[in-house]
Amino acid sequence: MSAILQNCLNGLSIGSIYALIAIGYTMVYGILRLINFAHGDIFMMAGYFMIICMTDCLIPWYISIVLVIAATVLLGVLTEKIAYKPLREAPRMSIMISAIGVSYLLQNLATYLFSALPKAYPSIDFLNKTIKIGNISTSLVTFITPILTVLIVVFLVFLINKTKVGMAMRAVSRDFETSQLMGIKINNVISITFVIGCALAAIGSILYFTPRPSVTPLSGSLPGLKCFVAAVFGGIGSIPGALVGGFLIGVSETFIKAGAYSEFSDAVTFVILIIVLLFKPTGLFGEKTTEKV
Amino acid sequence: MTKTTKTISSCVFALVVAAAIVCVGQFSSPSSMLRTVLQMGAVYALIAVSMNLLNGFTGLFSLGQAGFMTLGAYAYAIFTIPVDARDGVYYLTGVADWLKNFSLPIPVALILAGLVGALCAYLVGIPVLRLKGDYFAIATLGFAEIVRIVMASTPLNRVTNGSMGLTKIPGFKSYYGIFIVAAICIALMVLMLNSTYGRSFKAIRDDEIAAEAMGINLAHHKQLAFVISSFFASIGGALMAMYLNAVSATTFTVAVTYYILLIVVIGGMGSVTGSVLSAFLVIAAKEWWLRPLDQEQFIGGFKIPLLRSGFRMVIFSVILMLVVLFFRRGIMGDHELSWDGIYGFFKKTLPSLFHRKNKTQDPEKEGGANG
Repeated sequence: MSAILQNCLNGLSIGSIYALIAIGYTMVYGILRLINFAHGDIFMMAGYFMIICMTDCLIPWYISIVLVIAATVLLGVLTEKIAYKPLREAPRMSIMISAIGVSYLLQNLATYLFSALPKAYPSIDFLNKTIKIGNISTSLVTFITPILTVLIVVFLVFLINKTKVGMAMRAVSRDFETSQLMGIKINNVISITFVIGCALAAIGSILYFTPRPSVTPLSGSLPGLKCFVAAVFGGIGSIPGALVGGFLIGVSETFIKAGAYSEFSDAVTFVILIIVLLFKPTGLFGEKTTEKV
Repeated sequence: MTKTTKTISSCVFALVVAAAIVCVGQFSSPSSMLRTVLQMGAVYALIAVSMNLLNGFTGLFSLGQAGFMTLGAYAYAIFTIPVDARDGVYYLTGVADWLKNFSLPIPVALILAGLVGALCAYLVGIPVLRLKGDYFAIATLGFAEIVRIVMASTPLNRVTNGSMGLTKIPGFKSYYGIFIVAAICIALMVLMLNSTYGRSFKAIRDDEIAAEAMGINLAHHKQLAFVISSFFASIGGALMAMYLNAVSATTFTVAVTYYILLIVVIGGMGSVTGSVLSAFLVIAAKEWWLRPLDQEQFIGGFKIPLLRSGFRMVIFSVILMLVVLFFRRGIMGDHELSWDGIYGFFKKTLPSLFHRKNKTQDPEKEGGANG
């Protein structure tokens, strides 16, 4: 029993990290209709930023977190301005190819700057403290991750449904051109989307790497793909959907890892993706779209 | 240009290319960079054309190429590793009983590798091809990951040697084998693209609904394009395994798919000659021309900053990004390389040559008339 609870907690924890990154995917897709393949690599770069701050510059962790979030946001917005903005009028496939190119560039850049060898991730003592709840013992980070994520999602839903910026975002995701005619500054809205997405990726990266030993230039690519699966699962474009999708993927993965077929845990994630796409392509909470001739 | 001159020029061109490859094969040392680049270029050209068939000609944006390459490479390796080398390769887990005394000649194994890929593509295609656009891309990407994970899994240890991968994969004795296979495969795809099937593919790419209205069976044609592209991608994977002599689950990652996609984009989506040209160019740039960037260089006593291991790939990916952003149509766009095209290109880019002649002639005429 306690093993099941333990797995549930671990699953929820990793799932909520997936959810944080999935929100980045889902928001960008909602507005630009772009699978931002570079998002996983931005998440990886955030891991390296943390190493630079804490290991190389010896900055205390609370300042480091702020710096990492700022640097990641800057990276994401720059990516958008340089690689996606010039292609706004181009066919959708071009912008997707550009995203793939950015991903390739970031991986190579990380290999060049930090070498392909794994770099030890700094440990934040406060987060790695072990706590006990009943029979379950776990590190603090595993425990606070789901809570933090749910709070962030509530805040985001509020932002999108109640504020002016959120209204602009919804308008842009519904109809690009009309919202432009209504006086919405599209470029600002897109930038804000990337700011939110990358800030969440940075938070996710800190929570993801803290219990793990090291970062490599490729450590963003598989989590990135899985988070995209989570976004599709929940229904792309929907933030609560990303949360639920992330939780489901995280919990199922943790249980499979605990079972006999642990090496297939990633494969199962992708099988889930294909099955979801086949039977409910819009995901659990996605909106239906019809194709116009 | 008349048709005969074009045919003659094409024959001459083909002969020159063949002669160049033979020259390199005969007169260069086995370790020379040119040989490596040509061989790898041929393999990548084949895979790029197979991807272009799907992404550029049929408009199905697939990211599953690496998965089919893995399938082809493993199928080829499993069937061809010499019987007496098997115990050495599978030293940890032992080889499955049905494989123990079983080894096929290279050409048969190549075709078999292709068929394995094609069969998987057929089975995967039935559900996945119903998806549209990005969803199809992400589903094929997922499929490629599944293939990789399954190939490295323990239940298949006695067949695929698990995460250790397979080594001692035999290749063609002759240096020309890879070129011949790649050329035959690309020629087959070109024939296919020039047939009614190819025209149907292009119609589907340009407008699915209109194509359906014209009586093209969408499901059938998409399935066909997917299976054929996967067949040749698997053969490409097998050639790659042959070239590397080894294959493991980490040989063909998502990054390989991205890399091939970028080759296709640089060559131009929807141009076979573009893909072939860009495969050779990109490989040469990556493996050869940019190589000095990885070492520290000195001009006089001055050490050039930034140069160290890994810088080559940064510059390489920056170049790729520049092409993607500013030369979106790639080298060839969706045109093929043709003699008319070359003629037109020179006429357009070197107008000074043509104009100057006229200008120098004109004043003389005027002068003559006045005088």
